[in-house]
Amino acid sequence: MNPDTLETTGAVENPAVGIDQSAGNFTYDVKYDFDAGTGLSERTIDYISSVKKEAPWINEFRHKALKTFLSMPMPTHWATKDLENINFDKIRYYLSQGTKPKRTWDEVPDDIKKTFERLGIPEQERKFLAGVEAQFDSEAAYSNIKETVAKQGVIFVNSTEGLREHPEIFRKFFGKVIPTSDNKFSALNSAVFSGGSFIYVPPGVKVSHPLQAYFRINAENFGQFERTLIICDEGSEVTYMEGCTAPKFSTSTLHSAVVELVALKGAKIQYITVQNWAPNVFNLVTKRGVAHEEAEIKWIDCNIGSRLTMKYPGVVLKGRKARGEVISIALANDGQHQDTGAKMVHAADETTSTIVSKSISVGQGRATYRGVVHIPKHLKGCKNNTECDALLINTNSRTDTYPAITVRGDSHAAQHEASVSKVSEDQIFYMQQRGLTEGQAMSLSVNGFINDLARQFPMEYSVELKRLIDLEMEGSVG
Amino acid sequence: MQSLEIKDLHVSLTETPEKAIVKGLNLTIKTGEVHAIMGPNGMGKSTLAKVIAGHPDYTITSGDVLLNGKSILEMEADERARAGLFLAFQYPSEIPGVSIANFLRAALQSRLSEGEELDATGYYKKLYSKMDLLKIDRKFTSRSVNEGFSGGEKKRCEILQMAMLEPTFALMDETDSGLDIDALKIVAEGVNTLRGEKLGVLLITHYQRLLNYIVPDFVHVMYDGRIIKSGDKSLALELDAKGYDWVKKDLAPT
Repeated sequence: MNPDTLETTGAVENPAVGIDQSAGNFTYDVKYDFDAGTGLSERTIDYISSVKKEAPWINEFRHKALKTFLSMPMPTHWATKDLENINFDKIRYYLSQGTKPKRTWDEVPDDIKKTFERLGIPEQERKFLAGVEAQFDSEAAYSNIKETVAKQGVIFVNSTEGLREHPEIFRKFFGKVIPTSDNKFSALNSAVFSGGSFIYVPPGVKVSHPLQAYFRINAENFGQFERTLIICDEGSEVTYMEGCTAPKFSTSTLHSAVVELVALKGAKIQYITVQNWAPNVFNLVTKRGVAHEEAEIKWIDCNIGSRLTMKYPGVVLKGRKARGEVISIALANDGQHQDTGAKMVHAADETTSTIVSKSISVGQGRATYRGVVHIPKHLKGCKNNTECDALLINTNSRTDTYPAITVRGDSHAAQHEASVSKVSEDQIFYMQQRGLTEGQAMSLSVNGFINDLARQFPMEYSVELKRLIDLEMEGSVG
Repeated sequence: MQSLEIKDLHVSLTETPEKAIVKGLNLTIKTGEVHAIMGPNGMGKSTLAKVIAGHPDYTITSGDVLLNGKSILEMEADERARAGLFLAFQYPSEIPGVSIANFLRAALQSRLSEGEELDATGYYKKLYSKMDLLKIDRKFTSRSVNEGFSGGEKKRCEILQMAMLEPTFALMDETDSGLDIDALKIVAEGVNTLRGEKLGVLLITHYQRLLNYIVPDFVHVMYDGRIIKSGDKSLALELDAKGYDWVKKDLAPT
């Protein structure tokens, strides 16, 4: 064991849960120069604003959001009661070593750098990325974009820097896709947001390699509230990938992000998430994009970790012939609830949306699909195709599906398919008879189930996804 | 030479242990030999194949199964497979989303020791040569295992797996069921190609017609959980002509 590792929960108590987090389950002792303390009040917000040296309008925006957050009830009338276990008074809302991310890994302080090195981020950057932002608790510790991409006028910075350096673009779109009052957690994020990416791609620029953000939670009793805004100007294209890990603490950790995407005429945004939080993390994220005329927004969302995830990436199809797509993979193991889905709001003629969701419930894990598709009467020629498939591994596994598809008018086409299947004993015996162990057989079945979706991930991510599933399934049998 | 010995085997369904399906069966198969077990339906033929392979639905109440003199009863199904036993299923399972190529690769990988990686180039070379040998189209292995396959395709998939995994003993459970005569010929040709000194085969069949194409060295008649008559290939023809009632008559009343 590394001598300067503060805590490594090497032996995971529940073999069915923690295994996948083994790679991210470590924490180093880090000295924070800025700490907003525990609990949430107006003072917390003023502290964050002063550390970031924010413009008055942002501080005002935060204060308004705090009021909204406090006035909104927990959505437990439809969502899980587990939300009530979040104690907002025991969370630390801001921790950082400063607000200026470093441009080279050499400049990143050692105590933070070794975390990202252990997670393999610098190596990935060298191999296949056009730019990387690495957030450590509240702020980005490292942020860099390849020179060739920067020369094309692409902006890729963290949100603090985005607000400071590019307020004219930022302010125009900020909070417009997801209003503060969208839900209780978008209000919370709007009050205390820190970190996250700001991306602007100029007209016609096609960023050939993905930009990546990596979110790392290091501290205990902490809340991470990154805010991401991506704007793709006319005819431009970008792929953004995010990954995340956190050590497993006995107390709960909160991650509540807001991600807004704007694809202007003919632009294409692909947003890929591989969520692998530790099993004590409440992951409550609001993600939505607006697709203008002939633009395309595609969310590829994969949830493997966390205690509770609530996330329904959405696309508002605002311009004629805009396209929206959500591809969702969720794996819920013992003690986990993956409450995921998609929202497609058709607001222009001839718009098309596709939702493909596949969930896997293992042991007592629970997967929930919630989908909203809305096609109003006054539009013409809209199309939606929704497919959600659930795979149950054990007899006590659980899956729920809540599709809400509203199609009015007579020139639209909507299709909905759903299936629930179980890995049968015969199937497992068949594979065992060929030499695979029970665990290997389970892994192969699960990987087969999501194979058509996993193929849409970039190579490096689909390999990682397969590895994570293999690890998850190892402990799921017997 | 290697051997698979079944000794005074008694088998019940795990759920209903009081009801015996196999009742004292004895049989020894050696590599290089092809044995056929025939008999009416419901006499325990398929149970025998599954129980040797380690299916959890069945319990062995007494007797033993020995591979080269060592009992395999304590081994899990996958251990038995890796030890050289192959079961060609009567109803092979579908594995959606897993290509035949990837499935076989995983199966071969499982036979390597930990940390050892299957050589991909060598694997595909072997796969293609076996496919050529069995006259199987290259496109076949990119399809998901058994998903949407015709009866004939499923059986060919079984034969291809057998060719790739190179078992010491193959148990073929009603390999002819659901096949038209052309498919039957193709499957039989496959088995005949793989037949040889290194392989022992136990063919389980209801019909004599399969034995026109795969000529066995020994034929056994199974009735009421036991082998009641054994002979050479001519026994199969005799059975076909006279029916199973003929051997039943030979049974002493118990």
